[in-house]
Parts: sequence; structure tokens; C-alpha cells
Amino acid sequence: MAYQAALRVWRGDHGQGDLTPYTVEVNEGEVVLDVLHRLQASQANDLAIRWNCKAGKCGSCSMEINGRPRLACMTRMSTFAEDEVLTITPLRTFPVIRDLVTDVSFNYAKAREIPSFTPDPSVGLGEFRMQQVDVQRSQEFRKCIECYLCQNVCHVIRDHPENERPFAGPRFLMRITELEMHPADTADRREIAQDDFGLGYCNITKCCTDVCPEHIKITDNALIPMKERVAGRKYDPLVWLGSKISRRPQSADTPAVPGTSA
Amino acid sequence: MTDILHSDVQRLPYDVVVIGAGGSGLRAAIEARLAGHRTAIISKSLFGKAHTVMAEGGCAAAMGNVNPNDNWMVHFRDTMRGGKFLNNPRMAELHAKEAPDRVYELEAWGALFDRTKDGKISQRNFGGHEYPRLAHVGDRTGLEMIRTLQQKVVALQQEDAVALGDPDAMIKVYAETTITRLIKDGEGRIAGAFGYIRETGQFVLFQAPAVILATGGIGKTFKVTSNSWEYTGDGHALALLAGAKLINMEFVQFHPTHMVWPISVRGLLVTESVRGDGGVLRNSEGRRYMFDYVPDVFRAQYAETEEEADRWYSDPDHNRRPPELLPRDEVARANNAEVKAGRGSPHGGVFLDIASRLPAEEILRRLPSMHHQFKELADVDITKEPMEVGPAQHYVMGGVEVDPDSGESSVPGLFAAGEVSGGMHGSNRLGGNSLSDLLVFGRRAGLGAAEYIGRLGPKMPVPDEGDVEAAQAEALAPLQRSGGENPYTVHSEVQDTMSSLVGIIRTEAEIREAMAELDKLGDRAAAVSAAGGSAYNPGWHMALDMRNIMLMARCVALAALERQESRGGHTRDDYPGMRPEWRKIILACALEGGKITIARQPTPRMRDDLLALFEVSELKKYLSEDELADIPAPAPATTTGASPAAAIEETH
Repeated sequence: MAYQAALRVWRGDHGQGDLTPYTVEVNEGEVVLDVLHRLQASQANDLAIRWNCKAGKCGSCSMEINGRPRLACMTRMSTFAEDEVLTITPLRTFPVIRDLVTDVSFNYAKAREIPSFTPDPSVGLGEFRMQQVDVQRSQEFRKCIECYLCQNVCHVIRDHPENERPFAGPRFLMRITELEMHPADTADRREIAQDDFGLGYCNITKCCTDVCPEHIKITDNALIPMKERVAGRKYDPLVWLGSKISRRPQSADTPAVPGTSA
Repeated sequence: MTDILHSDVQRLPYDVVVIGAGGSGLRAAIEARLAGHRTAIISKSLFGKAHTVMAEGGCAAAMGNVNPNDNWMVHFRDTMRGGKFLNNPRMAELHAKEAPDRVYELEAWGALFDRTKDGKISQRNFGGHEYPRLAHVGDRTGLEMIRTLQQKVVALQQEDAVALGDPDAMIKVYAETTITRLIKDGEGRIAGAFGYIRETGQFVLFQAPAVILATGGIGKTFKVTSNSWEYTGDGHALALLAGAKLINMEFVQFHPTHMVWPISVRGLLVTESVRGDGGVLRNSEGRRYMFDYVPDVFRAQYAETEEEADRWYSDPDHNRRPPELLPRDEVARANNAEVKAGRGSPHGGVFLDIASRLPAEEILRRLPSMHHQFKELADVDITKEPMEVGPAQHYVMGGVEVDPDSGESSVPGLFAAGEVSGGMHGSNRLGGNSLSDLLVFGRRAGLGAAEYIGRLGPKMPVPDEGDVEAAQAEALAPLQRSGGENPYTVHSEVQDTMSSLVGIIRTEAEIREAMAELDKLGDRAAAVSAAGGSAYNPGWHMALDMRNIMLMARCVALAALERQESRGGHTRDDYPGMRPEWRKIILACALEGGKITIARQPTPRMRDDLLALFEVSELKKYLSEDELADIPAPAPATTTGASPAAAIEETH
């Protein structure tokens, strides 16, 4: 039944602000986003929250609830005790714009650096033939709703902005894997995965997998297999031999896209 | 605080400005950029979050991959039937012919649809579609489409980075930006779009000769809706304010199956794929009641017994379809009637049962997000127990009246595509016809805008500066007004009024009551004030959205009052049943002197070759006597047997 919950919500902008206490009504079956909406409609009209679908499908309402990165729309109030004080803060890895809204442009910049899907140009419209078992691997990664909770939690960049240049983060290393496993893709991003996107920084602590609201096995199914592919490419004895006995460039490595990195 | 209350308006010159970054907006922008035009994409949210991601079931396209009997003619017929013959036939024709290529194009841009055994794009059954027709990815097809289009935009930006040294040179996304006014020149042509950037409150004027509206629908006019906060009828309102007409605004789709419990998720969509994959609707007595609700116009195509309906899943050629797969308006009315008759579920819905119909692992494979959604939000395991579902506002068939081929409105330089445009779906949209609509008409609007610019010559429209100033004053007003009402309160009351008085079942008395209520609410909405500054202030944004929400509420109410019959997404308790005389009439809303007017205009006539695709016996159910007398000759029997190959050839 309905009760009054105690909340501490981070209010402020551009790094300055503090936790503001509120008391808000909670009804049966509600999620954290419902409670924030009630707070916004009744006590704090200008509370900045980013949200869209309220169904766990768009990945907009990412925030930290009692220190854990979560989607506010998929976090049920019944998972907390009624007398528990909820502390709600913006994603820590990204700069705050205002209140619970952060500047996630880092992610869009990284997305633009990855060489896009590159099909064989001779395949005509409607002529692709792919088996379900082959598309399924990349399909898992395409479930990603780009909530950036994995980017936020990854210790390589959380509190380490100096790593943001060499490291793309789990979401975009997974995107590279998705393209590499796409049955109709012809590019080879193994070398740049390591050299330009920092796959080597990942030491498979699985924090990304742990917070993924889509339950994508980011580490096991994307990052580790990609590491194996990179190792296979680097230490393939034939590739090594080829590079020793021929002056022609041996690999068809796809370069990072020029002109896109900030 | 970084407040930019009194700063100058930032001016950004473009060739084409696309307002909206969902399926139709991105597809339109891609086409405009491919035609060589500098294009701005304006997104009310972050890039890739548009409401299109919510689409679950699939994208309808008569590729014939699963049943080779399918072709554009069958799809055209289904679409016209679904819309109860009020559709713009040219739009329905273009849509049916071009959808397959638009789906194949997505595949060439990297989309990974589910596959058939022979490696083609798989297709699933859906309400109102005669054959399995929906290309899909589990139950997250909309997400796949948005991501693919988003990634295509990025691919084009990469080409521009290589060729021009700047990825934003030819196509740029303005995320979290809202347009509040379209600006015209002295001759009444489109000259730009005025708005604000959410993060800072900075005012911007996109100066461009062509604007494409792709803003989606009006769901936030209603209380129980599957639509997100962005769906405040922005494009509809911008068009009205710029002098364009809105047609078919009385037709609002109440999708039959949404979650009803817990209260906080009321309105969350439960995909029609549940029924397409075998799910059935039952009342509290356990009765599979849809057999009791098959209307006469569909009697011939739907099964009469449970046995026949169940056989259809494995042998569709020799059995008729289960009535759970009737068009959405029929199923929504049936669900509503069962609840009204006291045979509802504990929380005021009906039961949707897939658990007893498919093995658990099959449910998990085909409907993973439904399983996830019920498990996480309602503690219901859909592989073990039935879901409780009920209708919620889902889509608006009405929108900007456009030229079918180019998407251009009656205002020179103003185009519209997707949900914000009207005509394609008539009085009711079939499931799966929205994603395909976005692609087909998004592309056409992009081409239309490109051609318009080509025709324009050297004399480019120049924005009327007085109108720019007025737009700025209008946008600042709620911030400068003090002591006004809380915009959230007024919004909530408008939603209550519309849901309870102009909802799924309507009567004259209730609509009149709503209109009186809206008059009072309109005054209050015009006087709301927003506390705080202009930087990322949702209270201010809500205050500005109220103008559009009020306009939409009034259009829907006025059109609903005028149409004295029941058809598709418009059900009048006091005028039950379709009336052929009303099929000949389209209602058009316009804004004159600050007041919404409504006018009757003739429904576009179907070309004879399209009419010939139907049996006369079927046409008799929809057309009036004089229309039937005009039909040249009986429909040739050969049309249904035309080969799919021939049909596909026609699409090129």
C-alpha cells in the first residue's frame, strides 16, 4: 500500500550541487521513475531527468540508485525497504549537465570512429542469405539499448578520464565484435580493436555484464571472443611468415575512419 | 546557472530540416543527404531513443518469403480492409509496392532480421494480414530499425569525414532540441524552424527552404497510452499553426493489449506477436470470446470454431484465421465489451494466454522482451500463467494532409511522413504497417524535399523576422510569467478529460462535455508558468508542449463529434456501425483566427485498376449504391493469382 519514501536526489549543474532530501508518496507496483515523476510534478517542476519509453527499451533513464548504475524505469520500489533512504545520483563517469542528466556525447563520438558495416558490394537488394544460427551471435549484441550503464561502470574510464582517448568502452568494443561476427560483413577490425579502441585495457572483470539491463553477456560473448580473434590475427604464423618474406602489405586490415576522432 | 534567457537566436543554415529522429525522420534525412542536400536532423531526445524503438512486432512487407502467395496486391487489400476503405488508396498502393525494397535496404545497411530456414528474412503473422508478412527481430524490431538507420547516418557522416574533413558537413544531428514554430517568408513558403536546445535553453533558427515533419503522434493527449513524453503532437500542431490541414483526427488507435497491472505500467505495450504466435484471449469464465465478435465484413475470412482456428497455425491454406487476429480496432472493442459486461480480469483487463499454447522455450525464443517485461515489472511468468491486458491509446491515424507521392503539404516547402501524416491508414492501422510506412514515406518525403529545392530556383525564402521575434517571445512567456499554474497539473487534467470522454467509446453528450472542459483547460494551459531557468528545465518544456496538446485534444474532439458513425478507431455508441455515406467523407481540421475549424471533403477515389483487386461482393460492404454503380466492370478473377514475381517487377 501507499507509503512515504525518503529520497536524497542530487540537484545541481556542471559539477556543483548536492543531495537534496525529499519525501515522496509511493504506491504499489511503482518503479523509481514513477516516484521521480511524482516528485517532479508536485514538488520540483524543474527537476532534470532524461527518460522516454518507461519500458526498459530506450535506455534513457540511466542513473545511480544507492550507488548502483540502473535504469530508473526498471527498478521497482519494492526491492527497497520502506524505511530505506534512496540516494539517487547522476551517472558518475559522464559530466553532469543538470540534476540527473549527464553529457553522454563521449559515446556518440566513439560510435562514429568505428568503421561501419561493409557488405560485399556485389550482393544485390534482397539477395543476402544468412542462417539464423549465424545471425544470432550479433543479434545478442544488437539488443543493446545504449543506456551506457556498462560505459559508466567500467573501471577503465570511471574516475579515469585520461583513458577516454585510447579506450572505447564495453559498448563500443561490443559493437566492433558485432560487426566482426556479422555474416555479411567483409571488413577486418581486429587490429584497430586493439590499437585504436583499446581492447587490451579490458581485464574482464565483468562489471559491464553485471549492470546490463538487457542481460547481454558482454564479457563472455563479445569481449573475450574478440580478444581471442585479435590474438589469432597477431600471432597467426602464416601472417607472420608472410610479413617476413613479402614486401606487399599482407593484411586487409580496415583502418580507423579518418577525420572522425575528436 | 548557465542561463541564456536573453541571448541572440543562433542561426543555422541548411537545405533540409527534418524534425524528428524516429524511423521516418532518419529515413527522410538519409534520402535528402543522398540527394546531395545539407540536412539537419532535429531530435527531441538523444539520438537513437525515438519512440520507434518501442515497436515490437515487425515491419510489414509482402516479400513472400514464408508464403509465396503474398504480393503487393494482397497487402494493399489487407491495408484497405484494415482502414475500412477510408485510406488514401494511392498511399496504400505505394506502401504495399515499396515496402519490400525498403526492408531489403535496411538489411544492406546492416540490420539482422530473423531468418527462414533457407536464409531469407523471416516473416510472422499479424492481425489483419492474410499471410505471414512482418519482417522482425524477436519482439524488438523497432530497436533494430532505429539502430540500423542511426548507424546508416553515421556511415554517411564517415563518408563526409573522409571526403570533406568534417563528419557533420552534410548531415548533422541536433539532439535534445525542440522546435516550437515554423517560420515562413512573405510569400507563405517555409523559410525555417524556430526552437530551443534543451541543455542550455539556447534559441535556434534553422533557416531552410524545406522542412520535413516526422514527429510521431499525439499520445500524451490521453491518460493511458503506450506513447512516451515526446508524443505531444508537435508536428501536427506546427503544421496547423503554419496553415496546413490535418485529416482523420477522429481516428485514434487503441491497441487492444497493454499491461493493466501494476498501475504504474498501465499502458505498457504487449505485442500483437503474442497473438500472431498463437496466444488467445479469454475472459474470467475462461471463454475464448473473440469468436463472438467477428463483424460481418470479416466473417468470410475468420474461423468459426476453436478447432479450425487452431488448425490454421499449421495449415493456413485450408483453414481460416483465428479471430484473435482481427484488426486492432475490433479486438480492442471486444476486450472493452468483455470488461464492461463484468467478465474482466481482477485488475480490469482480460486474459491473454500464451502459456498453455506454446512450450516455455519457444515462448522465450519468440517473445523474449515480453517475458522480461512481465517478469521484471509484474512478477508474472508468461510461460506459466496468462497475462492481464487491456486497451490503451497507441497511435493516431490522423495527421497532416499530404501529397501521396512526395509527402508535401498544402504549405510550400512543408513535408510530413510517418505517424504525423494522415491518410495512409484510413480509419485504422494494421499492426506492422507503421514501420513500413515510416520507411516508404520517409524516403519519399526526403526525395520530395530534394525535388522541391530543385524547383525553387535561386530565390530562397527569407524568414519573416517579426515571426522569429514572436516565436521567441512565445517561448519565453512561461519562464517570465509568475504565479501561474503548474503545467503538470493542467496536463494531467487534459489527459483525464480525453481518456474518459473522448476515448475508445464515444457519445455526443460526452464529447460536448469534453469540449466544455477543454475550453476551461485551454485558458489555464495558456497561463501556466515555469519555475527555474532555461537550462534543461522539464517544467518549462512541459509548459511549452501544452499549446500542442490542447490543439490536438480539440481537433480529436471536434472531429469525433462531427463523424456520426462508427468506423475503425472511432466508435460512437450513439451511431453504431459503418455508414457508406460517411465513407465518402474525410474530415479536415484547420486553424483560422486562432480557432480550429472542421470541414468535410471527399475521400480520394480509388483508381479502377485498384478497385478491380476486390470482389464486388466485398466492395458492397463498404461503398454506397451510387459508388457501386460507377464501378466499370466486375473484378477479373485472375488478379489474386498473379505471380509474386510479376508484382515485384512492378515495384521498380
